[in-house]
Amino acid sequence: MSQARVISGVGVGRGAVVGPVARAHPVPVVSAAAPAPSDPEEAATRLTEVFSQVAASLQARADAASGTLKDVLSATALMASDPALGSQAVERVRGGTDPALAVWQVAGEFIEMFTAVGGYMAERATDLASVRDRVVAALMGLPEPGVPALERPSVVVAEDLSPADTAVLDLDNVLGIVIEKGGPTSHTAIIAGQLGLPCVVRAGEASALVDGDVVAVDAAHGTVTVDPDDAVVAAVVARREALAALGEDTGDGATADGHGVQLLANIGTAADAERLTDAAVQGVGLFRTEVLFLDAQTAPAQDEQAANYGRALAALGGRKVVIRTLDAGADKPLAFVTQPGEENPALGVRGYRLVRTAPELLTTQLAAIAQAQASTGGRPWVMAPMIATVGEAADFAAAAREAGLDTVGVMIEVPAIALRARDVLAVVDFVSIGTNDLAQYTMATDRLRGELVDLLDMWQPAILDLVAGTAEVGAEVGKPVGVCGESAADPIMALVLTGMGVTSLSMSPASIPAVRFALRQHTMETCQAMAQAARSAPSAAEARAAALAHVEPHVRDVLALD
Amino acid sequence: MAERTVAVASKVGLHARPAMLFTQAVAASGAKVTIARPGKPGVDASSILFVMGMGVKFGEEVVLVSEDEAALDGLVELLATDLDAEQ
Repeated sequence: MSQARVISGVGVGRGAVVGPVARAHPVPVVSAAAPAPSDPEEAATRLTEVFSQVAASLQARADAASGTLKDVLSATALMASDPALGSQAVERVRGGTDPALAVWQVAGEFIEMFTAVGGYMAERATDLASVRDRVVAALMGLPEPGVPALERPSVVVAEDLSPADTAVLDLDNVLGIVIEKGGPTSHTAIIAGQLGLPCVVRAGEASALVDGDVVAVDAAHGTVTVDPDDAVVAAVVARREALAALGEDTGDGATADGHGVQLLANIGTAADAERLTDAAVQGVGLFRTEVLFLDAQTAPAQDEQAANYGRALAALGGRKVVIRTLDAGADKPLAFVTQPGEENPALGVRGYRLVRTAPELLTTQLAAIAQAQASTGGRPWVMAPMIATVGEAADFAAAAREAGLDTVGVMIEVPAIALRARDVLAVVDFVSIGTNDLAQYTMATDRLRGELVDLLDMWQPAILDLVAGTAEVGAEVGKPVGVCGESAADPIMALVLTGMGVTSLSMSPASIPAVRFALRQHTMETCQAMAQAARSAPSAAEARAAALAHVEPHVRDVLALD
Repeated sequence: MAERTVAVASKVGLHARPAMLFTQAVAASGAKVTIARPGKPGVDASSILFVMGMGVKFGEEVVLVSEDEAALDGLVELLATDLDAEQ
């Protein structure tokens, strides 16, 4: 083809790359109604040959490999030359069964046997299936199924990739991944995200790509450009360099003119905290403790909770850790506290409101946090979710201080409390805005209703007003106002929040580098102008567009903001 | 027909590497050998699929049958060794 063609899909991550296509081929489909071979004896001879060829090619790959992979491939080669598999399949062919079907059936019986044994053997069933697929593909004259051995850095293109396929990917030679099917939460997408590989899924038209085609994969835009021209290649190179530079900046969050904004991580478990030990984050802005409770039939004991919180505090060293007390109810039911038959659980007994029905939950949790504080020497901040009145905030603050915790705050999720931010900040030390729930309650829109997602848009003017109002009061009285929630991870929104006076942004750790970069490239004055522009707009879409207009062009390029 | 009973000495049981080494040794001997749990019908001992499919664990006894006594003795010795420990 002489003209650049662009294939659209859904991108995973922000990366981009240019490289040659290496197609992974699907597993062949064998028809149970395949006709009998015209010359069974000749078909049997051919089948024996194919078994030997597959065994030899697997052995050659085993010889070239090392370590565990070598052992796995050797065992697989041995399976391909297995006398029982071969003789039983050949027997069936002599009896008038199509060779591919015979292999499929005999291998299937062994796979069943392996699966029945379970454990280690069940895993070997996967190896046998790969032998079966190779033999069947060779018999049908199809390319070898699975990911080919990569001889040069390549973009792997496949209809879909199984976990087994991704497990054997030669990562040194994988530049990116393009999947015709799958979704952004599919196994392949998640793995690609973890490995930082540019990935585009649901790229249906990629089925036309063949080995050797040169493509530019742009995960930020979800596009795959075939035969990219110099301009496209140059843009990819620029993005790669810029993204690489993002990861190297591990400094504290601050605007171009040095106005500090803490960059914090949202976590759910102590293990999440331990992954942050060497990460470039300034602390944890939201530790969702309910994860510890979700699978439990009874509330975890104080010691068990304390050990968990202690691990998180220890992992973060002296960095800030904000622990949110149990936020159960609504979409996070708990076996031992959920009220049966609540008609409207999002508006019912959830979050801090559980003190009305199960006060010991909060008392035990605060005591456990204090115990973790004493044992680690850490200074956890603690905050309550779902606060609706100043009285509730004051009660929570008193309970937390009585337990021995010094820095006490509340979540701003209910519009009623956002409107009374001044009174709230008189009784607590900080507030943290939970933008997802604030949007749900401000817009009277169920978070779980996908068809209403436009109403939950954080750029809705009313939501921006409530956030800005809270931030203004915080700045006036000199107390921290943080934002935790999806919106903090959006670089444009992060700049607007900074302009409003928000003092910390808490998000998933993977989102931090892009937000840190965006902050570095803009002054506080620009951030304030962005906030002003967004708040002057009459609709969510116009608010976002107005803010985006202030974003530096190279930042828009690097982060692919549009 | 000669018959030998031996307890599998490989800690992982008769799969993975031990199964591979055992079936390769059977094939290399050129003898026709069957392997079975005591009192059960035997299967082709040169088939890694059959041997692994038996799921024989460490310490379990298996019965080897062949006309080739010399081959049997060698295979018994092999099974009485912890084949996984060698690497």
